[in-house]
Amino acid sequence: FDVAVIRMNDPNSKVNTLSVRMQNEIIEVFNEVLANDAVQSAVLISSKPGCFIAGADINMIQACNTSEEVTKLSQEGQKMFERIEKSPKPIVAAINGSCLGGGLEFAIACQYRVATKSKKTVLGTPEVMLGLLPGAGGTQRLPKMVGIPGAFDMMLTGRNIKADKAKKMGLVHQLVDPLGPGLKSPEERTIEYLEEVAIQCARGIVHKKILLTKKKGMMQKVQDYVMGIAFVRQQIYKNVNGKVMKMSKGLYPAPLKIIESVKAGLEQGPDSGYLAEAQNFGKLAMTSESNALIGLYHGQVACKKNRFGVPERPVKNLAILGAGLMGAGIAQVTVDKGIHTVLKDTTVEGLSRGQQQVYKGLNDKIKKKAITSFERDSTLSSLTGQLDYSGFEKADMVIEAVFEDINIKHRVIKEVEAVIPPHCIFATNTSALPIKDIAAASMRPEKVIGMHYFSPVDKMQLLEIITTDKTSKDTTASAVAVGLKQGKVIIVVGDGPGFYTTRCLAPMLAEAVRVLQEGVNPKKLDALTTGFGFPVGAATLADEVGIDVAAHVAEDLGKAFGSRFGGGNVDVLKTMVERGFKGRKSGKGCYVYTPGLKSKDVNPDIDDLLEKFKLTPNPSVSSDSDVQYRLVSRFVNEAVMCLQEGILNGPVEGDIGAVFGLGFPPCLGGPFRFVDTFGADKLVAKMRRYEEVYGNHFTPCQLLLDHAKDSNKRFHK
Amino acid sequence: KPVISTGSEHYFPFNAEWSSKGRELERFQTKSKKTLAKPGVKNIVLVEGVRTPFLLSGTTYADLMPHDLARAALQGLLHKTSLPKDAVDYIIYGTVIQEVKTSNVAREASLGAGFSDKIPSHTVTMACISSNVAMTTGVGLITAGQCDTIVAGGVEFMSDVPIRHSRKMRKTMLALNRAKTLGQRLSLIGSIRMAHLTPELPAVAEFSTAETMGHSADRLAAAFGVTRLEQDEFALRSHTLAKQAQDAGLLSDVISFKVPGRDTVAKDNGIRPSSMEQLAKLKPAFIKPHGTVTAANSSFLTDGASAVLIMSEEKALAMGYKPKAYLRDFVFVSQDPKDQLLLGPAYGTPKVLARAGLTMDDIDVFEFHEAFAGQIMANLKALDSDWFAQTYMGRKVKVGAPAMEKFNLWGGSLSLGHPFGATGCRLVTTVAHRLLKEGGQYGLVAACAAGGQGHAMVIEAYPQ
Repeated sequence: FDVAVIRMNDPNSKVNTLSVRMQNEIIEVFNEVLANDAVQSAVLISSKPGCFIAGADINMIQACNTSEEVTKLSQEGQKMFERIEKSPKPIVAAINGSCLGGGLEFAIACQYRVATKSKKTVLGTPEVMLGLLPGAGGTQRLPKMVGIPGAFDMMLTGRNIKADKAKKMGLVHQLVDPLGPGLKSPEERTIEYLEEVAIQCARGIVHKKILLTKKKGMMQKVQDYVMGIAFVRQQIYKNVNGKVMKMSKGLYPAPLKIIESVKAGLEQGPDSGYLAEAQNFGKLAMTSESNALIGLYHGQVACKKNRFGVPERPVKNLAILGAGLMGAGIAQVTVDKGIHTVLKDTTVEGLSRGQQQVYKGLNDKIKKKAITSFERDSTLSSLTGQLDYSGFEKADMVIEAVFEDINIKHRVIKEVEAVIPPHCIFATNTSALPIKDIAAASMRPEKVIGMHYFSPVDKMQLLEIITTDKTSKDTTASAVAVGLKQGKVIIVVGDGPGFYTTRCLAPMLAEAVRVLQEGVNPKKLDALTTGFGFPVGAATLADEVGIDVAAHVAEDLGKAFGSRFGGGNVDVLKTMVERGFKGRKSGKGCYVYTPGLKSKDVNPDIDDLLEKFKLTPNPSVSSDSDVQYRLVSRFVNEAVMCLQEGILNGPVEGDIGAVFGLGFPPCLGGPFRFVDTFGADKLVAKMRRYEEVYGNHFTPCQLLLDHAKDSNKRFHK
Repeated sequence: KPVISTGSEHYFPFNAEWSSKGRELERFQTKSKKTLAKPGVKNIVLVEGVRTPFLLSGTTYADLMPHDLARAALQGLLHKTSLPKDAVDYIIYGTVIQEVKTSNVAREASLGAGFSDKIPSHTVTMACISSNVAMTTGVGLITAGQCDTIVAGGVEFMSDVPIRHSRKMRKTMLALNRAKTLGQRLSLIGSIRMAHLTPELPAVAEFSTAETMGHSADRLAAAFGVTRLEQDEFALRSHTLAKQAQDAGLLSDVISFKVPGRDTVAKDNGIRPSSMEQLAKLKPAFIKPHGTVTAANSSFLTDGASAVLIMSEEKALAMGYKPKAYLRDFVFVSQDPKDQLLLGPAYGTPKVLARAGLTMDDIDVFEFHEAFAGQIMANLKALDSDWFAQTYMGRKVKVGAPAMEKFNLWGGSLSLGHPFGATGCRLVTTVAHRLLKEGGQYGLVAACAAGGQGHAMVIEAYPQ
């Protein structure tokens, strides 16, 4: 019994998290290891397949009321890991599955790390994505372990690192291959094997066969020397700081605090470093940004569940109509999920383009080493490209992604219903046409549902599912199940013009057009919106969506909602379309796009166009800040109105939809979180001021007024 | 005698009692079936089987070409059987790494061996079970009534392998072929860069998974909990038994071969019984540092060729031959090339036994292809596991592992060598020879192959 094996397994959860209870148990076990003379070393391993430690318990942090409490939590963690680090008996962390956040900090406090090469094995410090920092020694240990640039990269991006990469970076010492079938299940045996190898390592360390201080290579020596120069380090801090400011516009405090903590440790010694880490951790935990990001995290988890239950029959054969960007994009995220996918178009050219898009998507994954060329080929074997309806009698679901025209959609639904089996679901991918209007042509409206994907489908996480009064629960359950398989974050909303996402976006775009008409140029408009936290500026967004689409939507929704959706003149957009300025796809929109060039210039030809539609700005509502709030308040008001009208199921889905589908500033956590944090009364006050100038475009909806009246009313508890 | 840890004495039947006639007779009486002959189905017999000595690649055969080796095996077969050169209906050869100049190596070898040029011949490939495919193709032709007399064989020549120009260079060279003007040619030549000159070696890795076979074998051994010690013991057993068989003159399928410009070769040269201590010194070859598969417990790169004469029983008897064995039921299996790459024998054995209506106990002689000691041990453990049988093979119970006192008693691929394309015929001939020597009735061949495939065949002794 020279090697003690510590197996972690939280009986109440699918994953292990570092909770107070677990920490206490670890300390207890660790004391035993130290006290037992027969034990010379220890192995730390999780019995859960696919998870080492997924991170610290977020609830533990959220339960704290003051930053001092959180700082204390951090310091307790630091102390525990310091004891592990200084343990006279070597401890080997055997990692299979996610080793994130506090889990990673635990692992790097151990003397040695062995990890499986399983696809599920990922290491990382995702705290920054929750507006926090690695608060249990991470900011202090990582720079020493993987170098200053590597550590910044890990902590500032929060990205997951696969086992191979972790080995190269020096984050783990040894890798173990996952095993296939044997005398036990592959998962079980792989963990056992990992444990066996880790035990060998532990013995090797005790018997000095494995040395913990590696001989440094030439490169390492040079790197260490360079990093030893204070001036070089200062340059790095400056550089990283600059990058962070550029990316975050200073709206996210966590990255800056991470840099600060690392710097404190490196420049003023470990005592200051650990103290800075703990204090900064405490401060960050109390910020609204962290609160917003944690809210989004919980929301995302909630939107990855199917609240409609298990569908009666799983979708095994899916047919997609239209091989355009959308259709092919949907095929791309479906075909590698074990669903046989038919991609149908009307022309060979259209179909080939779509097939190439799917191929390219998979091929790019090979370049990133996410899959092998063999996996690409076998995945593509599940994709059938065709021009006719053959095989549709086997389809469990059809998703149409044809041109946004009600007449074409009606023709298609009739054609399809003539060939599909009775159980088959007909999903329509539209961004604005009401589903009930499309379903009007259907013989079985209970099987009709809207599935609004966002472009590019393989990158955008959101799927907005739209149900009509007639859509059956099983149809919805099935659509959600397919979306979840496709890896989407899903909101299910009620039917109506523009559903939820497009409806929120439309007034904001109308306002953006007005802002342009008032003489703000597109670059400035973009700067104002990104400065508020939108990842993409309003003018760029319009170009990306397509000016023609924007014009179409503005006109349609304008008709549906009346003057409230006014603001900018729709003719601005229409004239742009007439002149061929359809946005990025046509090479010109608000900007001019030159292939191969990343930078873009304002389209010089829209100057005279805007001149023609020029409006005189009212100085009382035209400061930079006012312009920002004019854009945002219309978005937020519309979102709240969607909740008021029952289009939205709840504020959580509203926030997730806005952030993941439309790029609402994540640091604000979504429109509903924003109202809670900013204060409904303050928002209403601003809107009233704008209302005086612009009229009903800024009239706050009833629900927002209710919240403004009663400050106890909150969308999120 | 090497020092062996607990429980493995039975691997070393040095004072073998297994060949005592008394025990064999006992076994005979308890067979599930008296014979595997089926009414209305032609009996197909193995008349003779030969092979060149199997040599470590890069040794005495180094300057030959693959068809030279195959030719030697064919000539050896002709010599041993006194078969008239036009009495064969069809010649089939198996090979894995093809020499591009002789891609139908069967044809080149048969012409060179002096067979009539009227005999058609073709080449097949299925990794390490290529010559098994050659034989079973022959069996099929006879069963179908197309042929009566087949020569099947296999050849592998690892002393020379096709190393290609890079794809970019090949593309340039092919474009040069089509270039019409001097200017075009010069510009193409000018486009050649240093990177174009990097050669392309034949892949050692599985194409579908990019994993080398040794790596997969190491993972397989780990999955079945096969220890390094077990593997080294098995490797030592293979070498020890091969040496004994060689010394006792039991490897009568080996023909001597006068290599042009070199000496006459008459013996396999890869048999090296060493000691457990020495084996233990080797470092893992594939998974480092904790792997268990080493160079010593893996089969080595080998040059060699084999050939067998297969006939319908009637024809063999009519031509005055005394057949050695019946070739009976066979199966080919395949499974996941990633995690079950080398489990062919575990899947093939129960399947072929079921086909033949036999049980494990009915088999007197086992000859399994030894790709890696760890792979053999994993297959034996898989055969002996109810859980594996139920979970992966859809069987209610395991068939059980073969008794070691019947298993690969004259050495195996680990010690004799493993010329990929040629091993199958060696296994079948060895079963026939062992049945004759040991007096058993049924023998079983099983082998794994790249691609996650496998083969198993039941062989019945020809009544003497």
